[in-house]
Amino acid sequence: MRAWYFSETAYPDLPDPETYDSVRVTLPSKHYDPRKGADIYHQRLDEWCAADEFGLDIMMNEHHQTATCTVPAVPLMASILARQTRNARLLLLGNPLANRRQPIRVAEEMAMIDVISRGRLECGFVRGVPFELPSGNSNPMRMKERLWEAHDLIVKAWTSHEGPFNWEGKFFHHRQVNVWPRPWQDPHPPIWITTGNPDNATEIAEKGHVGATFITGFDGCKAVFDGYRRGWAQAHKTPVPLDRLAYLGFCYVGDTDEAGYAGAEKLLWYLTANKSPPHFRNFPGYMTPEARASVLKAGVPKLEDHRIPDVQTQIRVGNMFAGNPDTVFEQIKKFYDHVGGFGNLMFMGQAGHMKSAETIKGLKLFADEVMPRLKELKTSSATA
Amino acid sequence: MPGALSWLDDLTITRKGDGPPLLLLHGGSGPLEGMPFWSDLTRDFDVIAPTHPGFAATPSPYDCDTVDDLAYLYLDLMDRLDIRDAVLMGFSIGGWIAAEIAVKSTARLSRMILVDAVGIKVGDRETRDIADVFIHSPAVLAEKLYHDPSKAPDLSAMSQEEQHKAAYNQQSLALYGWEPYLHNPKLKGRLHRVDIPTLLIWGGSDGIVTPAYGAAYCDFIPGARMVVIDEAGHSPQFEQPEKFVDQVRGFARES
Repeated sequence: MRAWYFSETAYPDLPDPETYDSVRVTLPSKHYDPRKGADIYHQRLDEWCAADEFGLDIMMNEHHQTATCTVPAVPLMASILARQTRNARLLLLGNPLANRRQPIRVAEEMAMIDVISRGRLECGFVRGVPFELPSGNSNPMRMKERLWEAHDLIVKAWTSHEGPFNWEGKFFHHRQVNVWPRPWQDPHPPIWITTGNPDNATEIAEKGHVGATFITGFDGCKAVFDGYRRGWAQAHKTPVPLDRLAYLGFCYVGDTDEAGYAGAEKLLWYLTANKSPPHFRNFPGYMTPEARASVLKAGVPKLEDHRIPDVQTQIRVGNMFAGNPDTVFEQIKKFYDHVGGFGNLMFMGQAGHMKSAETIKGLKLFADEVMPRLKELKTSSATA
Repeated sequence: MPGALSWLDDLTITRKGDGPPLLLLHGGSGPLEGMPFWSDLTRDFDVIAPTHPGFAATPSPYDCDTVDDLAYLYLDLMDRLDIRDAVLMGFSIGGWIAAEIAVKSTARLSRMILVDAVGIKVGDRETRDIADVFIHSPAVLAEKLYHDPSKAPDLSAMSQEEQHKAAYNQQSLALYGWEPYLHNPKLKGRLHRVDIPTLLIWGGSDGIVTPAYGAAYCDFIPGARMVVIDEAGHSPQFEQPEKFVDQVRGFARES
């Protein structure tokens, strides 16, 4: 198993939530101090560099118009780390393809990072969460179709080396596609795609890309992986290689269980500092009409068990791994067995107000005490 | 794309009443059958009311995704039904579709009525002419839509079937109107082509598109005039049905 250290690069010094409607989409940038912001960028970059030194891999993402993630352009973070790290693989999860107007530009950015890093890029494509629609002015309808057309165009752009080709699709038009540089990896960097939905997982499996799911817990993750395994079996007639499946949870490792839980408590900022009105989460067309109808019926949806910001609850549902190294390994092992195995654990190991020293301490313990045992999981069952 | 003519085969059309044809194009909240004004109109008109593809859970051909598509769809519909001298009436986004039809061809039309229509851009680039219906809470939206927000339908209290249809209405409005937001930047410059008598009916309290927007719209259409119905918001046909129907009847009788 590989482990990917992730942080959202949050800007946590916010006013009383009573004074604003939403931490996303509409929070005025007057609440952002660039001097504090610069410190935050450098701290997060230092932590990713530490993860590299400890032998872990690195995951980054992007969000827009939000204090929860101050990386609105993930290729910029990745390009810094492509130069500053040595061994870690660099996962961008990901590029919000349905909201990017120029897929060719994405192909160029990713190829450049792949070359600078000498082939360490893992390229994620995501549809994007509903909050991203206003910033991209993106139509919530036909998002999936835009994502797949952009995907097809990017893959062809990466793998065509004999001069320009023509693309006149439904959503994107280019008459002279000829991307320089070409990627380092041949035929192209590995592609990851996120989903919380078993049917979409089936489609990702058919294309052979890594299927990733975020804090979906024991049963949600198992359903997604089962969907993936169905699609893979049908399309490829072989067992799923473990490296095709990825799960993201919160994780903090302490010397003791208490220290681990105390660190994990700080990660809950991600759940608690997420004030946003329901209508920012449910733009029409983003979800199926059936799902939207049930939202209309329910009015304001109540907080699911899944999102209750409590360390023991989050551990119980499978969103969080926390405690001393033995405890964390056992939690991950239990999760691994429940979902049928997977080859990539992405973990949010820093959030909100957690300081760099504490973050790096947790990372070091994870790398030294947990990671060697996770690597053995791979040998116990090579396929899922 | 296979011929858009085939889209007519799956089009849902409600047709009722006697009199001259009235092609009625509904707004973003979906088909209007069942409202008192609708049945009132069937006493004077042969009301022909298509459901825009995708609204109210009707079939949505994949390539039918712009208001321009809908305008051509209804031009094809009028050809197929061989409608002549029709009154074309559109509400909100239906008004936009009506205007797009009229700048293409008025061959089968006698008159046009635009009711709290969207479709053009009148202000500068930093002025939002049309309230962003996708960003507001239901309560704020009700304030903008209705003169009396207490009349706003409670989506959470609707039947499951109605909620299902409402979800389709909302996503279809997004499909057709997300960007450019509920307008065609070119339409304003084409409105000089409208060569049939045109009436704009506007709710005096409309908070989605204000009466000032309606007046600007009116100025672009040769010979058009506008009436404002007081104590009505974006849907005067719902909040003031009698006054609304009187205006329609009166306009249709003018020679």
